[in-house]
Amino acid sequence: MTGPESMGCQDFVELVTDYLEDRLDAPTRARFDAHLDLCPPCVRYLQQIRDAREVLGRVELDTISAGARDQLLTAFRTWRAGRSGESS
Amino acid sequence: MNTASDVGLVDALRAGDERVFADLVDRYSPAMLAVARTHVASREVAEDVVQDTWLALLKGIDGFEGRSSLRTWLFRVLINIAKTRGVREKRSVPIDLTGADGPTVRPDRFRPVTDQYPRNWAYPPQAWTQSPERSLLSSEALDLVRSELDQLPEQQRLVVALRDVDGYDSVEVCALLDVTAANQRVLLHRGRARIRHALADYFEAVS
Repeated sequence: MTGPESMGCQDFVELVTDYLEDRLDAPTRARFDAHLDLCPPCVRYLQQIRDAREVLGRVELDTISAGARDQLLTAFRTWRAGRSGESS
Repeated sequence: MNTASDVGLVDALRAGDERVFADLVDRYSPAMLAVARTHVASREVAEDVVQDTWLALLKGIDGFEGRSSLRTWLFRVLINIAKTRGVREKRSVPIDLTGADGPTVRPDRFRPVTDQYPRNWAYPPQAWTQSPERSLLSSEALDLVRSELDQLPEQQRLVVALRDVDGYDSVEVCALLDVTAANQRVLLHRGRARIRHALADYFEAVS
């Protein structure tokens, strides 16, 4: 087999992350690009991975509790008061 | 990783600017909590580790010389504190790449090698038909992705969270999680594929 057919769709889907991370070697990158030119379903698959990343970008990660945050701000004020005490 | 703008932040902290401190806490605590959680036995302890790190920053702020970025400094201290607590609790999370060699798309979606078009799609991905009620921008899609993210194996979840949710680059994530670049890509690849799959199930269900 030669040309784009040398990369099956099943191979393509496992290379999308290395492609997006720019980690494909030059020959594999060329075959990947050639496959993309000829295969609308794989174009769609790649776009859906990008779509998934976009939605992920809107997720807010779990963070420390409001109580823990308040404690930190209180600690900050105490720390600040201690410092101004030192300098005066 | 901009150490130049860090100088301004550090000066503001030294001057006692509470708003700057609160902003930093809000910006970095989610990723700090996620990383701490890999070293200690519970969320509660991970939260303590994050708090202790911020207190260590206040204590050490006068000695901060800006040789590393504030973020790098924070995570270095965080990991030290977390490891100390983790050793005490005898928790360690080895990188789990179980099943990492397997395909991320079910083999039966493709034509067999004996086919006229071997390894091509037999059941190609369907278009995600969007509507005002059902779109990638909807809160439903967001909730779906968040819940799928929560169900990923821990290392995959962390890599996807740091890379795609928080926007850290691969070099930083490798350093924070102590994984190789290759393993980081494997974890990212599998995690993203699962998130895409969940979205595909959702968007294809109506058609």
